[in-house]
Amino acid sequence: MIEVQNISKSFNNVQVLKDINVHFEKGKTNLIIGQSGSGKTVLLKSIVGLHDVDVGKIFFDEVIFNELNFKDKKDMRKQIGMLFQGGALFDSATVEDNVIYPLDMFTEMTKAEKRDRANECLKRVNIINANTLYPAEISGGMQKRVAIARAIALNPKYLFCDEPNSGLDPQTAILIDDLIKELTIEYNMTTIVNTHDMNSVMEIGDKVVFIYKGEKWWEGTKHEIFETENNELNNFIFASKLSQEIRKLKNKT
Amino acid sequence: MGLFYHIGKYFLLLFRVFAKPEKLKIYYRETIKEIDKLGINSIGIVAIISIFMGAVITIQTAYNTENPIYPKYLIGLTARDTLLLEFSSTIVALILAGKIGSNIASEIGTMRVTEQIDALEIMGVNSASYLILPKIIASVIFTPFLCLMSMLIGIFGGWIAGVSTGVMTTQDYVYGIQYAFIPYYIVYALIKIAIFAFLITTISAYHGYYSYGGSLEVGKSSTKAVVHSSIFILLFNVILTQLLLS
Repeated sequence: MIEVQNISKSFNNVQVLKDINVHFEKGKTNLIIGQSGSGKTVLLKSIVGLHDVDVGKIFFDEVIFNELNFKDKKDMRKQIGMLFQGGALFDSATVEDNVIYPLDMFTEMTKAEKRDRANECLKRVNIINANTLYPAEISGGMQKRVAIARAIALNPKYLFCDEPNSGLDPQTAILIDDLIKELTIEYNMTTIVNTHDMNSVMEIGDKVVFIYKGEKWWEGTKHEIFETENNELNNFIFASKLSQEIRKLKNKT
Repeated sequence: MGLFYHIGKYFLLLFRVFAKPEKLKIYYRETIKEIDKLGINSIGIVAIISIFMGAVITIQTAYNTENPIYPKYLIGLTARDTLLLEFSSTIVALILAGKIGSNIASEIGTMRVTEQIDALEIMGVNSASYLILPKIIASVIFTPFLCLMSMLIGIFGGWIAGVSTGVMTTQDYVYGIQYAFIPYYIVYALIKIAIFAFLITTISAYHGYYSYGGSLEVGKSSTKAVVHSSIFILLFNVILTQLLLS
């Protein structure tokens, strides 16, 4: 479980997050949605500690993560996996070495054990025969899957994904979504996904939080989202002409 | 105020860089890689500039001491002392500031803007230490070898230029480079270049580490790294000369 209590964050006197309270459930895929510039990436990066919040508390189960000292925070981070928007794979390392990296750094496994675990993770995300390739030699979708493999290498309790579908074709995006959903259940993780892709909401959104202009505007399930009367959320969901037409048809029937 | 802000931030970064490493074995492996990348790969450029530095110093000294009252061995002596005292440390450091300084700033800067540094932090790795410490160790260890190599090649370059242009004989040159030799000059040059290497690495790493934005900002960081490293090399050259030679 991850809980955010009354957090606010400003950059150069511009308030980006305003008094946000959210509860993210364990074993579920929690989605943060919102327009570009709404503050969802800042919220995600504040939760994982890449940004220090101005006020508020961030609970990782019983631990107040943002009040931990440097050393404890560092230890806690070993339980966190994160998939970045661009994958953030290490350019100078091969696919296999990217996945081995956290094992190398934080475990006492033998070389063979590390390689086995890396292969297991790569196989889990359907990356086969690419161990010796460099990130620049594989596609964007494959890079995302390798990044997921790296994120789960240490069996994390918490998984964060920042716009996992950006720059991917719809089919690959669905594959990534399904993978995140499956891994969340398999590893019983608390997963938070940052997205503006409505397909992701429908595919994997166990819980959805809508951020608008730095504030939490709405929260609920993917089933409740189409019943909402919230104007800003409706404008976001039905932004495309296709979805507006579908909505009109639905309203007629 | 901006200057003090950056100085403070620079020392805070150094404080993180010299924190206890997560795993010594990995840092050792990274240091070996950096010795190859920053040190071994610089041998070529250092050799080329050294041979020409030695040649130019010899020819210029010869043309400025054409008067018969000056003995010919002065050419060798001047070439040796100029290379040992200044050129093989300071000029080589300035060249390295351009080569390895821009390399470090752009590498770390690219890692910053592509979120690779954030990925390290999320894993619980001290990214500052992991990325910068091996570079500092590698450059501080290896640049004195480059300096020694530059001295030897520079003196050799001076001999080739002097003999091929006929401004002196081999005997004069050899006598000159042995005359009134003070071994401490070599120690002085090695101390200087080790400190310059530290400055180049840390200043460049600082600019790379705090790059934000995109490729344009990485380019700017790279330029700043070279400019600031060069300025600090020249500043510390004066300070160290006063401290070590006076």
